[in-house]
Amino acid sequence: MSRQQRNAQPGQKSGAQSGVRRSALGMGPRPVPPAGQAAPARAGAAPTLTLDALGKKCPIPIIMLADRIGDVRIGQMVEVLADDPAAKTDLPAWCALKSHEFVEAAALPAGWSFLVRRSY
Amino acid sequence: MAYFDAASAEPLHRSGREALLAALDDGWADPARLHREGRRAQLLLDQAREALAAEIGCRADELSFTSSGTQSVHLAVLGAVQARQSATRGPGHLVASAVEHSSVLNAADWLARRTGTAVTLAGVDHLGRADVAEFAAAVARERTLLACLQSANHEVGTLQPAADVAAACHEAGVPLLVDVAASAGRLPVPEGWSLLAASARKWGGPAGVGLLAVRKGTRWREPYPSDDRENRRVPGFPNVPAVLAAAASLTAISRERPGADTALRALVSQIRAEVPRTVPDSVVHGDPDARLPHIVTFSCLYVDGEALVTELDRAGFSVSSGSACVADTRQPSHVLAAMGALTHGNVRVSLPRDVSAASVDEFLQALPPIVAKVRDTVRAANAAAPYDPATPRTA
Repeated sequence: MSRQQRNAQPGQKSGAQSGVRRSALGMGPRPVPPAGQAAPARAGAAPTLTLDALGKKCPIPIIMLADRIGDVRIGQMVEVLADDPAAKTDLPAWCALKSHEFVEAAALPAGWSFLVRRSY
Repeated sequence: MAYFDAASAEPLHRSGREALLAALDDGWADPARLHREGRRAQLLLDQAREALAAEIGCRADELSFTSSGTQSVHLAVLGAVQARQSATRGPGHLVASAVEHSSVLNAADWLARRTGTAVTLAGVDHLGRADVAEFAAAVARERTLLACLQSANHEVGTLQPAADVAAACHEAGVPLLVDVAASAGRLPVPEGWSLLAASARKWGGPAGVGLLAVRKGTRWREPYPSDDRENRRVPGFPNVPAVLAAAASLTAISRERPGADTALRALVSQIRAEVPRTVPDSVVHGDPDARLPHIVTFSCLYVDGEALVTELDRAGFSVSSGSACVADTRQPSHVLAAMGALTHGNVRVSLPRDVSAASVDEFLQALPPIVAKVRDTVRAANAAAPYDPATPRTA
């Protein structure tokens, strides 16, 4: 089986939906990469605050973000580290609901780093 | 006590119950046998097949009975794809929307693993509606062997553009499986399908009856060891009493439908309007208008859906959470994820036909304090400050 075919499989149990089409995940223009990749170098500004939610199940990462985003100034960024697969959908969805900017997601060796910019 | 999980199983309709009890006495024998008892079972089975075929709009010989909606989907997908695969032309390509029932995705996954079939999951918009242009483009790809689209989403209730997708499939010469499990008995069956799957317990028939219809001229090959039952499509002889009950239920609810659906639609509209008003930080999913009459899913921020379901159950309200059939895997709902919606804290309310308006009022009264309680429990367990909607958490 080619890599492309393997990537096209739905319903993967690993939680890393690496090859399922991006539009199918409803993530808009910024795809959440699969976990387990080396962290890429980040362009642009660094986060002002980092919240470690690794090992915590949703909705805890969202609760931590909601509680602490007020600790940074408008325009500054909060980084959330999380490894619950639901965070891949819930962080961008929370930002859309709350009108904050979902900047990007980057894969960590286990889990992801999500960058959120406080908008108001 | 109120049962709000009709999308998992509608309580058995009175007509279905009467038919089931009668058929236990008259339809227990093997319908393939030539003796008196067998012929009687065969006669009853034929009558049920005629009635159900008429309801879904197909010929009786196109319709087979399976043991569940899931088995119908598996047989439809595997049989249609494998009939068109060949050693010389390769394993082919299958298209499905990203919000199909897990049985469709699991069958596609099985084909991908076992035979190398390429699978494209076509995206949906934020209401959960399949993107017709994207779906049609995927169907037009070379060696597309099958397309799969539900008539309506089982989780958020949004109706799918089945007629437009059927037209695109027809143009590309690709057979289309329409999964009508969520809508059968509630909405007319969409035109243009090549294969159709449904489940009787969703319309008030008994558990253990699935419908599989294969249009004349659609290539299909039995994916399992073949057997002479059910047009050589399904192994084993059908549960005749349950099939009779399924037919009696569907006939009865089709007759009752117009009034019942209007009432359900109004109650769901009430839930859609009330929940965002009375539960802070909540969001209602799916299309507010082009939807099934009886299903609504909403999410409450900062709670765990399972905890919410447990607390609602304790208060006497039976609802479901997560992506119905895959909720036990603790994976986020693939339907809500594909919509880009919040996947935690979600509750699906699906109203049975005999629901009382008073029970919906009671639910709407009970919900806000229960959500508040679960929110505080979650926060206490994680040593966070108590939830206070009055304090803007993002300012």
